[in-house]
Amino acid sequence: MMDIRKGMAEGDKVALAKLITMAEDGRRDAMDIIRDMYGKTGGAYLIGITGPPGVGKSTLTAGLARIYSSLGKKVGIIACDPTSPYTGGAILGDRIRMQQLFTDPNIFIRSMGSRGHLGGLSKSTRIAARIMDIFGMDYIFIETVGVGQSEVEIAGTADTTVMVLAPGLGDDIQAMKAGIMEIGNVFVVNKCDRDGAEKTAREIKAMLDFNGDAAWRPQVILTAAQENKGVDDVMDAIGRHMEYIKDSGVFINKRKEHIRDEIMDLAAQSIMCDIMNGLSKEELSNIVDKVANGETDPYTASDRILKTIRYHLNGRDFD
Amino acid sequence: MSRPIRVLVAKPGLDGHDRGAKVVARALRDAGMEVIYTGLRQTPEQIVEAAVQEDVDVVALSILSGAHNTLLPKIVQLLREKGAGDKLVVGGGVIPADDIPYLKSQGIAEIFTPGTPTSESVEFIKSHVRIDA
Repeated sequence: MMDIRKGMAEGDKVALAKLITMAEDGRRDAMDIIRDMYGKTGGAYLIGITGPPGVGKSTLTAGLARIYSSLGKKVGIIACDPTSPYTGGAILGDRIRMQQLFTDPNIFIRSMGSRGHLGGLSKSTRIAARIMDIFGMDYIFIETVGVGQSEVEIAGTADTTVMVLAPGLGDDIQAMKAGIMEIGNVFVVNKCDRDGAEKTAREIKAMLDFNGDAAWRPQVILTAAQENKGVDDVMDAIGRHMEYIKDSGVFINKRKEHIRDEIMDLAAQSIMCDIMNGLSKEELSNIVDKVANGETDPYTASDRILKTIRYHLNGRDFD
Repeated sequence: MSRPIRVLVAKPGLDGHDRGAKVVARALRDAGMEVIYTGLRQTPEQIVEAAVQEDVDVVALSILSGAHNTLLPKIVQLLREKGAGDKLVVGGGVIPADDIPYLKSQGIAEIFTPGTPTSESVEFIKSHVRIDA
């Protein structure tokens, strides 16, 4: 077994990769390492890249990462793709668009299956970003799965969220709907060499006009990421948003919100663990049978489970 | 703990198509594995970097060009140099039976030639990967 702590401190990508796997598997030794090295977090800027399937998120991410790397920045990429709800398997294909980055010493790419997690990310995306932060990345790109209308989790994870769209995805009513169209700090209309790109950009701008005097007005940028057209404009827009949130104090509040979410998530997860550990399969199936037979109802049953768990927890030492 | 087996499906060298690799990728997906597919025309260095960063359990190499005796052992050697020699490396494609003993002696665990049912590759991987979580 290699020394992960040492490897992480020395910039060894094998150690970084192993630690992400351990954290993804929920191993306690991974949490211990992260806990010990937590003081090294906070240096990375998190950029979310989201949008519907096939609009060019991976290609744009690759283009942006290449620019940051050429400026000497260290870049982490977390690319999420959906896991099959039936088999648990997944095809993680974002790397196909990132081939030129594979051997770039400044860049580290990790693909993740959503593994049953809804919201556009994987359950372990946040912790993988933390680990990359500890490793010393300057920028971390988090590419979501192709989203529909309501997967907004990225906005609660990234510092700047880039919403990528393409022409021909729908009319201006689509742009007015609540959900993903509200979370973009920067909007990108990719594949701008196709018909209708200008119209799509106009519709997004009209939608933004309704926001009135919001302190931050997102830019709408036309790109053809495959031809590397407009990618540096996106980088500039990300830079401007970063400046805005840092100068206005939004950054600190945003980070605090994200930390709060993370703590609550972790607490919820460990309560769930306590429930699963404190409740045998037989007990659970007895309860299910009782509800199914009409002897009791789901509300009473879940209350009883919680009472039992609390009773057990009270006997445990808290320090 | 039952996390999915992670497999990198990669195509080293100058093959013109990746039909076979895609069929295998799909079969592994349907067997509950996480398959990272990287596309055509990869150098051994690119494949090894991807395998390291993705921390896969298996590197599955598809090759049709005839350059297998050069490229496949090179990949195993680079993995070892990078401290990632723990990964199971398998190969598939148009590979003559006479070359298989040499490839196995170089650290390729198994070679699947045309006509192999995908279930056979799936079973091989499942029985040779140990998930210790």
